[in-house]
Amino acid sequence: MKLSGTPAIEVNNLIKRYSEVVAVNDISFQVNDGELFGFLGPNGAGKTTTINLLTGLAQLDAGTINICGIDCTKNPKAAQHLVGTVPDESNLYPELTGFENLCFCAALYGMRKNERQKRARELLDTFGLADAANRKFAGYSKGMKRKLTFAAGIIHQPPILFLDEPTTGIDVASARQVRQIIAELHRQRTTVFLTTHYIEEAERLCERIAFIVNGRIVRTNRTVDLLKPIKGKNVLVLSISNSATELMGEMNSAFPGYQFQSTTSGQVRIESAEPVSIGPLIRFLEERGIQVTEARQHLPSLEDVFVQVTGIEAGLMMKEKEKAGGGGNQ
Amino acid sequence: MKRWIAFWNILVKDMHAYYLKPPNISWGIIFPLAWTGMFFIRSGSGLESVLELLPGVMTISILFGTTSMLSVTITFERRSRSFERLLLAPISLEQLMLAKTSGAIFFGIANAFIPIIIAAFLVDLSGIAWPLVVPAIILIGIVSTFLGLFIAVSVSEVFEAQTFSNFFRFPMIFLCGLFFPIISLPIFIRWLSYILPVTYGVDILHGAINGEHIISFTLDFVILAAFCIVLFLLSLRNIKRKWIV
Ligand SMILES: Nc1ncnc2c1ncn2[C@@H]1O[C@H](COP(=O)(O)OP(=O)(O)OP(=O)(O)O)[C@@H](O)[C@H]1O
Ligand SMILES: [Mg+2]
Repeated sequence: MKLSGTPAIEVNNLIKRYSEVVAVNDISFQVNDGELFGFLGPNGAGKTTTINLLTGLAQLDAGTINICGIDCTKNPKAAQHLVGTVPDESNLYPELTGFENLCFCAALYGMRKNERQKRARELLDTFGLADAANRKFAGYSKGMKRKLTFAAGIIHQPPILFLDEPTTGIDVASARQVRQIIAELHRQRTTVFLTTHYIEEAERLCERIAFIVNGRIVRTNRTVDLLKPIKGKNVLVLSISNSATELMGEMNSAFPGYQFQSTTSGQVRIESAEPVSIGPLIRFLEERGIQVTEARQHLPSLEDVFVQVTGIEAGLMMKEKEKAGGGGNQ
Repeated sequence: MKRWIAFWNILVKDMHAYYLKPPNISWGIIFPLAWTGMFFIRSGSGLESVLELLPGVMTISILFGTTSMLSVTITFERRSRSFERLLLAPISLEQLMLAKTSGAIFFGIANAFIPIIIAAFLVDLSGIAWPLVVPAIILIGIVSTFLGLFIAVSVSEVFEAQTFSNFFRFPMIFLCGLFFPIISLPIFIRWLSYILPVTYGVDILHGAINGEHIISFTLDFVILAAFCIVLFLLSLRNIKRKWIV
């Protein structure tokens, strides 16, 4: 059924509007067969909308969607047998037990009774829910609900899996368990499309990541390649008593090897290829009436890349301002 | 085959989760019982009026049974988002909606037999043309379910569905000739009777039970069947347009 070399998911120039809001704004990407692909973006970026478009729960305004070589643009039902979906909210039946819920979901994919029950028991074990198997879903805790919803999404062993923020709203241990299950599915060569706003989760799990902001993909790359530019970089974060935004230009010229960025109010980020020496920096700031309350060495991670990439406009604007201000004073 | 496994299990799940629950069984039995009792007592004109009232009481039982069930299985599931699960399943929308409505249809048909059983204790039912009554009950069951479906997919909230369906259900008691012939309605609202599908079902029941009907049976059946098809197709179109946005 699957042609070798055909991408599992191929999306071109996808657009989705909700009256005024352009939820998905001309995005294109490919997910290869067996790949774990991450969709990383803030609230309202368009992650859930993208999944809804790909699974046929929403209608696209423009663009094309191919799943395993099947054109789903016109007929979103065409590839539904190949796809499993774990939505961002638990949506199983409150009046059925955990076991009944899983068996019902299996039946929706045409699985036979023996097969359904065997697989349901297997998954209840995997997710540590065997003891709650015969309890009504309505009485499950939030984390248990989430896990059962995950189990329901993979009951028919789909070759392609959509996960919408699978670890949001559950405790640390459950989240770790869910990540292990995702990693295991990936080892078994399930193609996974995962949305998240946990940068660390994306970094740890995904082979390739797309950053999505305001309905647009601002960068897509392999995780290792995204991390390359910051590898070996030294990052220091200073917490300071009052804003130092207007000092950025001065600091950049006083310490030419370092790159300064005033992140949120009250913090200065220093990036450098060489280890950063703290003493001169503190002295410099204190001479200008700014107290340093904390200095923290920071291991650069995908978060730094994300901030860099998605904060492009804010960063640029700040630099332009500094340049203009600095030029005028001298 | 796989699709039928899905179809069957959707139906069984609804039965198990909603229809066979004590509140619904009692609603299904008590409601027609209450109507039957009320009309039989109210008429006070002796047992011969039982047969005259039977078509109306049967129709009310079907109408309320089917429409109230649909608001649970469809409107409520949509709000709790479990309906999305069904939309994601690899079965066609047509088949899915048939599975979701068959339960309501069976429930309505079963409800219709409650007044019949009660009437059997009171009067002689041997004069009834059952070969007409049974298909008429089935078609009234289908058409009122699809009418309920049409209402459910035209609104987005449970309470709206209920208000809206009452907006249809109660006037239909008077407009569709359930207890008095539509001929007796003022001429300026009589056209309403003719655009409501239940009118044609009730006409068959009156004819088959009391021998009085105003439209030919063939025409009644054809119109009922046409309403079933049109309402179902309109509902599907609305689902595609309004629920998959
Ligand atoms: N059904 C809808 N009607 C109107 N607007 C919508 C609808 N669904 C999404 N939107 C809008 O589209 C944008 C993207 O929403 P979406 O749910 O895809 O974001 P998200 O990335 O999943 O966010 P979150 O992390 O909060 O889940 C938002 O501005 C949202 O308000
Ligand atoms: Mg979302």
